[in-house]
Amino acid sequence: MSHHTIDLTNVLYTYPDGTTALRNLSLHIGHGEAIAIVGSNGSGKTTLLSHLNGVLFPTAGEVNIGGYPVVKETLPHIRRTVGMVFQNPDDQLFMPTVYDDVAFGPLNLGYPPLEVEKRVTSALKTVGAYALKDRPPYRLSGGQKRAVAIATVLAMDPAILVMDEPTAALDPLARRQLITLLHTFSHTKIIATHDLDMVLDLCKRTIVLHNGTILADGPTLEIFRDRCILEQAGLEQPFSMQSCPICSKI
Amino acid sequence: MIKLESTWLDLRNIDDLATQKTFIHSLNSCTKLITTLVFVVLVTSFSKYEVTSVLPLLFYPVTLMALGNLPYKPIVKRLILIAPFIVFIGLFNPVFDQTPIAKLGPFLITGGWLSFLSITIKLLLTVTSALILVATTGMNSICTALSQIGVPKPIVIQILFMYRYLHVLLEEFLKTNQAYTLRSFKANGIHYKAWGSLLGQLLLRTMDRAHRIYQAMLCRGFDGKVPLRSAASWTKKDHLYLLFCLSFFLLCRFINIPQTLGTLLTGGFQ
Repeated sequence: MSHHTIDLTNVLYTYPDGTTALRNLSLHIGHGEAIAIVGSNGSGKTTLLSHLNGVLFPTAGEVNIGGYPVVKETLPHIRRTVGMVFQNPDDQLFMPTVYDDVAFGPLNLGYPPLEVEKRVTSALKTVGAYALKDRPPYRLSGGQKRAVAIATVLAMDPAILVMDEPTAALDPLARRQLITLLHTFSHTKIIATHDLDMVLDLCKRTIVLHNGTILADGPTLEIFRDRCILEQAGLEQPFSMQSCPICSKI
Repeated sequence: MIKLESTWLDLRNIDDLATQKTFIHSLNSCTKLITTLVFVVLVTSFSKYEVTSVLPLLFYPVTLMALGNLPYKPIVKRLILIAPFIVFIGLFNPVFDQTPIAKLGPFLITGGWLSFLSITIKLLLTVTSALILVATTGMNSICTALSQIGVPKPIVIQILFMYRYLHVLLEEFLKTNQAYTLRSFKANGIHYKAWGSLLGQLLLRTMDRAHRIYQAMLCRGFDGKVPLRSAASWTKKDHLYLLFCLSFFLLCRFINIPQTLGTLLTGGFQ
């Protein structure tokens, strides 16, 4: 099946203040792939993600999701296909209770109440947050907020999951739980992150961004072994690949 | 600043009281909203020198607090917090309004003092009833009720979002203030020259956040409508409560109960 592919062709994006964030970027992502997008701050990761569901439109070039170009007319379809988990869960959880928040998407998609309830329950159970359903978002911990933010997206049953820094500001246990959870998803996953150890765990393919262009694109292990590329992109080898500081063994 | 934060937490605590299960809590949120609105309008409709006939209305908040198992402390605390505003509103009445109304022994009671007392009682009643409404219903249900009685949805959504993000905004302000305090050694409080840039920063960040929230909403199919849960249906209990409260309010409004009782007791009808 090829209906959940992502294609970017010569995408150029310039912010209104004149900063060019993406320069002639082209890439193809196939169905069911797990992709990491890494790069230093300001390399264009978030801008790239914003193009995948029409939060931003390219200044030049074309974005194609599952054969549909991302333009105003196709947005409802695109946003149903691509679920976006924002960097800051506080931006994503805007309804008064967790339940209402998770139900927001399915209700907007026009599902009948029973179906909405089924989806909300199943999404919250998947992320292990069903017990929190009546809580207001401000009463959740960082890890719980993240889990609920993912549930809000899962409830819409997207084919492609896009996540911006999912492990940022999580404690080690919450981070591990999130990685385990993401492992269980069979969606096409695109994760922008600085957490290269998580990338090793989750993504077979890595795209390195630098100054709005693709510096490298290939199997994760291969890229992470190439210190030259990592250094150029302002990155460091993941801890699990660095030698032990005490015995110097890998 | 810690005080500001704790004040805000108090409001959250009052909201938390709404999760209790008492007779008052079990009433439909619309019923409680309508009674409170009618109460507020009636209290403010009394003439400015009216003191005695407003007093029986004190039964309403007191009874509700007892039936709703509400602790007195947080409510009184919030009343003390707004007390300065009440005093300021009526402060100049005794000075400007010197109309003599009554003589109590050697003391002359002027219209200014009466209207000051009247304003104080009215504000205490209205604020307490609003606090009780929050403490027995909760902000979310109040908003649902507001939309059900016909308040335009955009306004309801504004209230809901404001309530949701007030906390986030306050946190941001506290952090900015802390960063400022840690790097300003002489000044006590924020220097007037810094207010501009601090508030400007806060405004810009708020606008950025609003933009991100809007994007997040768009990503989940937002098309101008925010789905709100509908409130539970009306029961016999609600009808009875509404009928009882409204007739009590109207009785208090049109009959000066203390005066009538006084006349009765002193044999005025004979």
